Amino acid sequence: MKAEPDTAPALRLRNVSKTFGGVKALQSVDFEVRSGEVHCLAGENGCGKSTLIKLVTGVYTADPGAELQLFGQTVDSISPTKARALGIAVIWQDLALFPHMTVAENIAFDEMVGLVPRLTFGHRYKTRVQAVLDRLNVPLNLETRLGDLPIAQRQIVAIARALMGDARLVFMDEPTASLTQSETDSLLAVVRTLSSQGIAVVFVSHRLAEVIDISERVTVLRDGKLVGVYPTEGMTQSRLGELMTGALLENTVSAQDRSKAEPVLETVGLSRHGEFYDVSLTIRRGEVLGLTGLIGAGRTELALALIGMKPPDTGETRLEGASVRFASIRDSIARGVAYVSEDRLSLGLIQPQSIADNTSISVLDRILNGFGLLSPRRQTELVCHWIDELAVKIGQPKDAVSTLSGGNQQRVVLAKWLATEPRLLILDSPTVGVDVGARAGIFRIVRHLAEEGLAILLISDEVTEAMFNADRVLHMADGRIVGEYDPRTTSVPELEARIYA
Amino acid sequence: MSLRDKLNAAFGAETLPLLVFLGLVFLAFSFATPLFLTGANLRSMAFQMPVLGLLTLAMLVPILSGGLNLAIIFQANISGLALAWVLIQFGGAEAGPGAFVLGAALALLAGAASGAVMGVVVAYVGAHPILVSLAMMIFLRGLGEFLTRGGDISGFPEYMNVLGHGSVMGVPVPMIVFLVAALMWHIMLRRSRHGFSVYMIGSNIQASEYSGLHTRRTLVLIYAISGMICAVAGILMAARFNSVRVGHGEALLLVTVLACFLGGIDPFGGFGRVLPVVLALIILQALSSGLNLIGANQHLSTAVWGLFLIGVMALRWVGERWRNKRRRGT
Amino acid sequence: MRDFFRTYPVEARLSVVLLLMILGLSLGTDTFLTLGNITSLLNNNAVNLIWAVGLLVVLIAGGIDISFAVAASVVQYVAAQVFMGTGGGNWAVGFLVAGLLGIGLGMINALLIHGFRVISIVITIATFNAFFGLLMFFTKGRNIYNLPDWWTDRIFIFERQASDGTWSELNLSVAVMIVCVVATWGLIRLTTLGRQLYAFGDNPEGARRAGVNIWQMQIVAFGWCGMMAGIGGLMQVNIAQEVVPNALYGRELDVLAAVVLGGARLGGGRGTVLGCILGVMFVAITQNGLNLLGISPFAFQMIIGAAILLAISSSNLSFGRLPRGATAVAKVGTT
Repeated sequence: MKAEPDTAPALRLRNVSKTFGGVKALQSVDFEVRSGEVHCLAGENGCGKSTLIKLVTGVYTADPGAELQLFGQTVDSISPTKARALGIAVIWQDLALFPHMTVAENIAFDEMVGLVPRLTFGHRYKTRVQAVLDRLNVPLNLETRLGDLPIAQRQIVAIARALMGDARLVFMDEPTASLTQSETDSLLAVVRTLSSQGIAVVFVSHRLAEVIDISERVTVLRDGKLVGVYPTEGMTQSRLGELMTGALLENTVSAQDRSKAEPVLETVGLSRHGEFYDVSLTIRRGEVLGLTGLIGAGRTELALALIGMKPPDTGETRLEGASVRFASIRDSIARGVAYVSEDRLSLGLIQPQSIADNTSISVLDRILNGFGLLSPRRQTELVCHWIDELAVKIGQPKDAVSTLSGGNQQRVVLAKWLATEPRLLILDSPTVGVDVGARAGIFRIVRHLAEEGLAILLISDEVTEAMFNADRVLHMADGRIVGEYDPRTTSVPELEARIYA
Repeated sequence: MSLRDKLNAAFGAETLPLLVFLGLVFLAFSFATPLFLTGANLRSMAFQMPVLGLLTLAMLVPILSGGLNLAIIFQANISGLALAWVLIQFGGAEAGPGAFVLGAALALLAGAASGAVMGVVVAYVGAHPILVSLAMMIFLRGLGEFLTRGGDISGFPEYMNVLGHGSVMGVPVPMIVFLVAALMWHIMLRRSRHGFSVYMIGSNIQASEYSGLHTRRTLVLIYAISGMICAVAGILMAARFNSVRVGHGEALLLVTVLACFLGGIDPFGGFGRVLPVVLALIILQALSSGLNLIGANQHLSTAVWGLFLIGVMALRWVGERWRNKRRRGT
Repeated sequence: MRDFFRTYPVEARLSVVLLLMILGLSLGTDTFLTLGNITSLLNNNAVNLIWAVGLLVVLIAGGIDISFAVAASVVQYVAAQVFMGTGGGNWAVGFLVAGLLGIGLGMINALLIHGFRVISIVITIATFNAFFGLLMFFTKGRNIYNLPDWWTDRIFIFERQASDGTWSELNLSVAVMIVCVVATWGLIRLTTLGRQLYAFGDNPEGARRAGVNIWQMQIVAFGWCGMMAGIGGLMQVNIAQEVVPNALYGRELDVLAAVVLGGARLGGGRGTVLGCILGVMFVAITQNGLNLLGISPFAFQMIIGAAILLAISSSNLSFGRLPRGATAVAKVGTT
């Protein structure tokens, strides 16, 4: 249901600016959301999206001269409590939920907040929690501990929590960043339910496909300035990407025939109970093999088996012709297999530690001196070499990795693994949390590595990513490889149809 | 890079402020009493500090790895008992140097073994180190009481006096032992693969595993080495007091944690260095000796230690705010 | 029942172990399941349990308190001075003074933790040294025997003579313990304050964004723990009949072990009053059982330590794991 154009907008911002110590995070931006509309806020990291959300929800105060209207009323100043009272809710990317509390306790938590203590008397709020879940049409056990739920269901809990407070305007900050495609689809269904009930949703996302899919209009920000507001009808991904980055993006099939090259990795009938079955695949020198599929298809599990993290039950793995059986990730590193995890924040890098240490962590034996001690000189040489090689933009090698942007962090991860001089590189969703503009840079590196003879397994949720960057694409479903496609002869919609069938 | 940056890079950012504190403490006591800045007092400080120092080194690495070892005192006691037992088997005061070497080896083994058990439980069961080491503490305390029936064991050979009370070129032997250990710890943490793993595990153990570090082996080693240095402290205590009693040094347990925090070790693990901790130890010892000289008792210095840590935390907080303000200003 | 096992795995497992122990001791000895033994078990552990529930609240809120046992000693000493200075006092004044002094000491912890944004273990180790050092300095380590009569008189809330002439009785500390346990249960399970404490311990940043007042959380947690420390101290004097400045030194770690064994999570967000009771009783009954089985008292501690180690190691349940992953680290970082 589209909102009537003549009703007062849920939110109208005029001439909003925000300056942090001389840096202009936002410069006279206008922003409008209609009631019952799904509106996307798009832009690269640092474009001012989060600042805008924090201004509307009262976390920050705007520079003088800004005008804020909520549901037709002009609001002079706003605080987090006032924002909530006015019906604004934010679902942060990290959800801000409580993993050890139950679903019901989480959903009803905001009612428990307040300086003056009150009695909770367990059960009365539960009926209202149930009512909210019914409204969203999702069945969830109220007594389950939140920590036992998958991320996708925690998203639902966060949405229900917002509705508990009678939200009329909901901000969702990258809600799909850690979801797979089918989880995303069910989340988008919930978002549609919200909008059909007259609730305005502001949706922030990196994934261009779903931006176009879910929203009616999209506001694009770049470097703190408004680029424009566009209807999504007729919008293409590449056009939107260009608006966000201000540069032309290359989206062309780069596949080549590598079937003549000698195989680097071969698996025969690899199985691990409950995860994947009878997986036989071959990756050749210089080849990028794409692997895509839905949630639970067993892609990450297969990768973990290949690197010895969770060894397979049965089947054979051959590396350059020799049969191997890795008992730990250390075995696989020693044999030239490197794995770039999908979870860069908690598995890929040690965020608080330095760029230098993160780059050299997997090759300590290469930076030893004659006494078997770590040599700072060798470490510096190694780090500088790879920082140059991959053009990582850093301050100093001793700075914490967490100070870098997503794209640069991913380059540090690549540097760390390339330093091990691998023969096979497994990339598990390498562009999660990386800007659209920076993604192209990552894939340029990947293509270059393949040209130099590295065998690469590219695991990706996004069909386009696999199709445009791999030489062959495997489709995995329910733990089995169910199809192989050549990007030169298969179109993206064709493969998407197979996957989402 | 300014000289200060270079110093900070080489010794850690905590070193400079602690040196200033150390200077102030020495200055204040020198004014308060002429006895403070004398050879006799400095020598007595150098005899007293090493036991606390060695135990602090035992606490340091577990904290860096994101844990804690609350069993150190009784690991030291049990190791001392192992030594005493061997010496008594070989005739007590008449036992030869060979018996001492054997006893010391057994002591080190006892310390390392008790530590390794904790390490295994922490690494393979995944239990919290505070709980594991607490249980080990209760166990070792009980074991010691069971073996000694709460009494002292004394009567050690003459030559052990050298270890506890001797000097080499004017430097007390216990101090030499401590300085050698501290230097080894510094090298281990800054330059060895094990030390590198300690810091990484302290920040994020799972990412360390995914990077190919031997996380479990490192954890076992951390606690085994911690137990071993406890054994050294236990041997030193036996030599200094010429007796072993379970519960000796019990009051030092939380002081070692205090010294680590004072020395700028991150309570969550992952960051911290040996040198600032050594400085913190010297400050604590100077406070204690100085107060003693002006007539206060040990308990007042315990209180002053606590208050001093609070003061330093407050100053770090002020410094942090000041730096943030300045950063925002520019 | 299955819900209980799923929601509170540590508590459930511990209660099974405890039941088995009770069953074994009841069959193995003819002295365990007697009124006299049970009442003395309760009398001997009432004070520990009072402290345990106080510490539980701090653990739930994501903190730790090392200083509460020496704080209890400080309360005992200062309270004794107050009673003597004001000409005696009575139980009502006693609870008021001990409770307020305890809250005051807890408040010092809360103030330093919140004011300087330092984690609780650092601050409470500092105040542990400061409290204890000052107490020993000012008392010169001397005991106080000359206490008001009301304080040291034994008050029995239950007494009964068995057929063989032995008396079994419950003293006042058990009643106080029951009140403290019920009050703590009420605080953490029935009030919005309790819900906020759990949330704050679970995800401090999330709680802050939801509008939870962090300052209030620290005050409630450490104030409650301090109050329990003070009340426990008051009752300990009633049992011991004297004030010994260093009598409680070292008790903090034993109580901590019992509470964590009972399922309270180091790092916050999890823990129950039931678990506290089970943890304290596990240690108490082990010791009691060893005693009844005629094992040398020198071996008690050793066996208890080994039992706890075994309990930890034999379980594949986690008693609060090492911080794993960036979120866990960041979460602890704000407490």
